[in-house]
Amino acid sequence: MAIEVKSELAGLADPRPANAAPAVTPERTRLAAESLDAWFGSIHAVHDISLPVREGSVMAIIGPSGCGKSTFLRCLNRMHETVSTGRVSGRVLLDGADIYDGGVNPIAVRKHIGMVFQRPTPFPTMSIRDNVAAGLRVMDGHVSRRETDAIVESALRRAALWGEVKDRLGASALALSGGQQQRLCIARALATSPRVLLLDEPTASLDPASTQSIEQLVRELRGDVTIIIVTHNMQQAARISDRTAFFLAGDLVEVAPTESLFTSPSDPRTEAYITGRFG
Amino acid sequence: MTAGVIRTQRPSARQRAVGERARKSLGRRRAVNGVMLGVLATAAVITVLPLLFILGHLVTKGATSLDLAFFTHMPTPVGEAGGGMANAIVGTLIIIGLAMLFGLPVGVGAGLYLAENRGAWLANSVRFLSDVLNGLPSIVMGIFAWQFLVRPMGHFSALSGGVALGVMMIPMIARTTEEMVRTVPTSLREAALALGYARWRTGLTIVLRTASAGIVTGVLVSLARVAGETAPLLFTAFGNQFWSTSVTQPIAALPLQIFNYAISPYDDWHRLAWAGALVLIALILVISIVARVATRARFDMGSGD
Repeated sequence: MAIEVKSELAGLADPRPANAAPAVTPERTRLAAESLDAWFGSIHAVHDISLPVREGSVMAIIGPSGCGKSTFLRCLNRMHETVSTGRVSGRVLLDGADIYDGGVNPIAVRKHIGMVFQRPTPFPTMSIRDNVAAGLRVMDGHVSRRETDAIVESALRRAALWGEVKDRLGASALALSGGQQQRLCIARALATSPRVLLLDEPTASLDPASTQSIEQLVRELRGDVTIIIVTHNMQQAARISDRTAFFLAGDLVEVAPTESLFTSPSDPRTEAYITGRFG
Repeated sequence: MTAGVIRTQRPSARQRAVGERARKSLGRRRAVNGVMLGVLATAAVITVLPLLFILGHLVTKGATSLDLAFFTHMPTPVGEAGGGMANAIVGTLIIIGLAMLFGLPVGVGAGLYLAENRGAWLANSVRFLSDVLNGLPSIVMGIFAWQFLVRPMGHFSALSGGVALGVMMIPMIARTTEEMVRTVPTSLREAALALGYARWRTGLTIVLRTASAGIVTGVLVSLARVAGETAPLLFTAFGNQFWSTSVTQPIAALPLQIFNYAISPYDDWHRLAWAGALVLIALILVISIVARVATRARFDMGSGD
């Protein structure tokens, strides 16, 4: 599909730099990619991307399949390097500190930047409660049983799942529906109070009702947690994000406040994509 | 592919001939199918026939000598009535326990390594060599344990028997563990890594736990296989006519006792050998059934009730 897109775009190549500066200056930047490049072996999947994300905002990343948006997201918590051929260069600043700095332990980075994947990934051998508490077990310092219970409850409340599971916290997480499992994964990520939450197409495998509940959840978490969401679905990006970034073939084509990106895109490629001419 | 096109014309003479041939050959194909099915079914029945025959024979020969005394009493001297194999039953359990103690951690560790480092030259060599080890005659394993444990220690011992059986279990457990760990989806590993789990912790607490039901099955199957081994114990555990639970002393074991009694010239001992064989098979059957149940539990869990 990506190849098709490229050939289609050959005629309307735009000479402007891929990452035009955002129109509004951020109040306080929580996370910022700077000149980030990523490879799979010899495949250059993400090209020189700089993208700041404001604290407490929701940033949506859209683009056709294979445009590098998921790979970019996985660079933000150092997950990309867990793939054997994965390689990254550039900087990612979390509150000003580079997470790719030589002395930084990737495991410590991931404790501050939570991630939820396309398919729900509850741990099958653990109960609902233990799933939510899974991240706490690797936090520095001991978390008592009572503290854990309190954190589990508040995380499940924030993930809008508490009412549905409060009577069966000891049950297997697999007993939940797909949408509930995904909210459980969000609760699991929230339990460790991450500074940033990365959502990689979190509704791609869910039915419309579950999708709606996840979107509602993202809107509620906005302001509280900094969220970066990769999505296939442009309507979804329009509904839930403050700013939207459009990726194409590994390049960041345009990033702008969501409304202006969808109503008056500055790049013809963005316009072509959002009006449904490809992708 | 053109068969999908709707024909509006009448079939040609050639097409009619083809149809006629197909009808004629259908009977022949059905007959061949029936014969082949019969051949395969026969092979399938022959597969289970020896087990049924052995079981039936053991029950008729051994069941009459089975009583409480067989499980609670020591062997009696020749000519004296009664007596049992209490020492051999306990001895077998001790040897199996030692084998588990040795084979389980090494086997599971090796399996996890093989699964998580696919393609590494060490993993490839270990996988190949463990398959070779799996095919090694068990008597060779006995000689190996004798050379490296019995000789340095100066005497036969339960420990050396346990090690010999444990070494036999390692390749079986390692390969099952590898297969089971590979069925754990990558997404689960990534979920753990994304929570800030270190790779080793992901392997131990997430991957191994998720695969544990399958690994338990593999361990039990390997246990059932080595429980009946005689050859590796001949030069290691050696056997013991007396009560002993010391791991550093020679110890009785069911297969050894059966062997010794069966080659003796006494009818009493022959009867006890039959009974011992029945108990041994029952033990292995029980382990296998437990393994089956453990596997089933795993799939129940996977369906998410």
